Amino acid sequence: MQTRKRSPLASFGLHTGLVLGTVVALFPPLWLLVTSFKPKSEAFSTALVKEFTLANYTHVVQDTYFLTWFGNSLVVVLGTTLIGVFIAATTGYAISRFRFPGMRPLMWVLLITQMFPMAVLIVPLYNTMATLGLLNQPVGLIITYLTIAVPFCAWMMKGFFDTIPIDIDESGRVDGLTPFGTFWRLVLPLAKPGIAVTGFYSFVTAWAEVAYATAFMTGEENLTLAGGLQTFVNRYGSDWGSMTAAAVIIAVPAAVVFGFAQRHLVSGLTAGATKS
Amino acid sequence: MAAQSSRSVPGPADGTEAGPVPGRGHEAARGKQPPRQRAGSGAGAGSSRPQRRDAGAPGPLRRAFSRHWYAWTMVAPVVLVIGLIIGYPLGRGVWLSLTDADEANVARDIGVNHIPATYSFVGLDNYAAVLGDSVFWSRLGWTAFWTVGCVALTFGLGLTLANMLNRKVHGRSFYRVAMIVPWGIPAFVSVFAWRMLFNERDGLLNKVLDGGGIEAVPWLGDPTWAKLAVIAVNVWLGVPFMIVAMLGALQSIPGELYEAAEMDGAGPWQRFRNITLPGVRAVSSTVILLSTIWTFNMFPVIFLLTKGGPEDSTEILVTYAYRLSFVNSPRDFATSATWGVLILLLLVLFTMVYRRALRRQGEVW
Repeated sequence: MQTRKRSPLASFGLHTGLVLGTVVALFPPLWLLVTSFKPKSEAFSTALVKEFTLANYTHVVQDTYFLTWFGNSLVVVLGTTLIGVFIAATTGYAISRFRFPGMRPLMWVLLITQMFPMAVLIVPLYNTMATLGLLNQPVGLIITYLTIAVPFCAWMMKGFFDTIPIDIDESGRVDGLTPFGTFWRLVLPLAKPGIAVTGFYSFVTAWAEVAYATAFMTGEENLTLAGGLQTFVNRYGSDWGSMTAAAVIIAVPAAVVFGFAQRHLVSGLTAGATKS
Repeated sequence: MAAQSSRSVPGPADGTEAGPVPGRGHEAARGKQPPRQRAGSGAGAGSSRPQRRDAGAPGPLRRAFSRHWYAWTMVAPVVLVIGLIIGYPLGRGVWLSLTDADEANVARDIGVNHIPATYSFVGLDNYAAVLGDSVFWSRLGWTAFWTVGCVALTFGLGLTLANMLNRKVHGRSFYRVAMIVPWGIPAFVSVFAWRMLFNERDGLLNKVLDGGGIEAVPWLGDPTWAKLAVIAVNVWLGVPFMIVAMLGALQSIPGELYEAAEMDGAGPWQRFRNITLPGVRAVSSTVILLSTIWTFNMFPVIFLLTKGGPEDSTEILVTYAYRLSFVNSPRDFATSATWGVLILLLLVLFTMVYRRALRRQGEVW
């Protein structure tokens, strides 16, 4: 960080750049928000809100399957996040602390599966889910999303546990805690930033995934939000007003979770990234 | 668990294969074997070895289990997940790519009737067909362009903005939060926001251009414009992650380095080249790799923004593989699986080359 005085020109350039970046970053979501408060017929007017209305919201909530989709997404997200973070944490801890046979292959597998394209798994998973009768079931999506969330989260948690001094584990052992007790009572509470990051990642994965959700969930009442939003604007018609209102309601929980997690994201991602 | 222990058996077993068990007795004696170790070790490689039966000298497997069962239990769920829902589908995907499976011949239930699968093994025919088709190569060309373009722009913008944010500037925390907003919003929501802005007839972008007297641009209707549009949206989505990662890297560079360099009369550009760039190298190499893989596999932006159109011009490999099995009719599972396997091979190849290149330059990673 520089301490010397900047020339006015440099200062101007700096602020221009930052303001420009901010405007570009904020404009699309803000415009979505603004549009959602306009009457349907005005959806594309360039003016800011002339007549403020909540009609889009009431329509979306009352006359569409939106709340069902929201519930479906919520189930999938909670399932993925809870299971994903928990098993990723135990695995990350084991890899970070124990030296055991099979550890290196496991680490490699965790790294490699992170780059598995959806395209290579989706067809066989679809066929398997069809055989098991799990298509159109939230459970099917939870299982599927674990394939995305778990390798990344386990790898990330390992990076976090690596930063926690091993003395803490030893003090736990001296106090007579089992290895699992040490992990659960001493180390895990210290890895909160890591849990925030991996929880955020699992949440976003499950909340915002499109390909599996679109392929596995069909029938209006089974969709998750990612599939549902597509139904407002498709080849049969475009209801931009409802789309914007639904989009805003979808974005709010994600933004809230992001707000909680973002404090940890800087330290978290770099801690995890530099370790890998 | 079973998969894990059977995979890991060779390690300790090999070590003791050379001789019987002298000198290991005392070590084994203190191991209070958990009663379930037999069940856990199952049909391990060494279970039939004769010295197994010697009293008081448990086999290597048993000892390994008593020492490592905590670790193995803790990793077991993930091993299960990876084995069952990544490993098995992967194996099946490879198998499907060697068959002629499509919608009409896979196992399915119609009403109460179960119709068994009737597809058959066709060897490498699918691969020959895909690789011999110009469709694959043109998609690959555009996918490469898309990936390189997106990653280069995202990284360049991310590094620039992170550098700006790393200075003492008024409203710094506001700028920082504002610029990572696109990351906090689900990508598919943002893509719809952009679709609204890009709308050819009524979209805001064209209205603004119109106000300036410029003719409407067919953002998503013309192949070239559509390509630029999808890249722009993907860069918009990706920059926040870069900013956050690079900001973390920049903040780990000690400030004294800059002060010392300034003392020695280094200009801003020299300081950037000789301090900043080397300082962010480790993080950069990781995020560039990640970003490349993500962009290469980026499905939602293209699927939701253009559906691959117009005239397939924005179709990348993953969206095309998806289309083969879930959009087109009849669904062609075998060809789609073939594309999937080829995509995976390309990614593995890229990662290996990238790692080797980094190693040659002396990176630890």
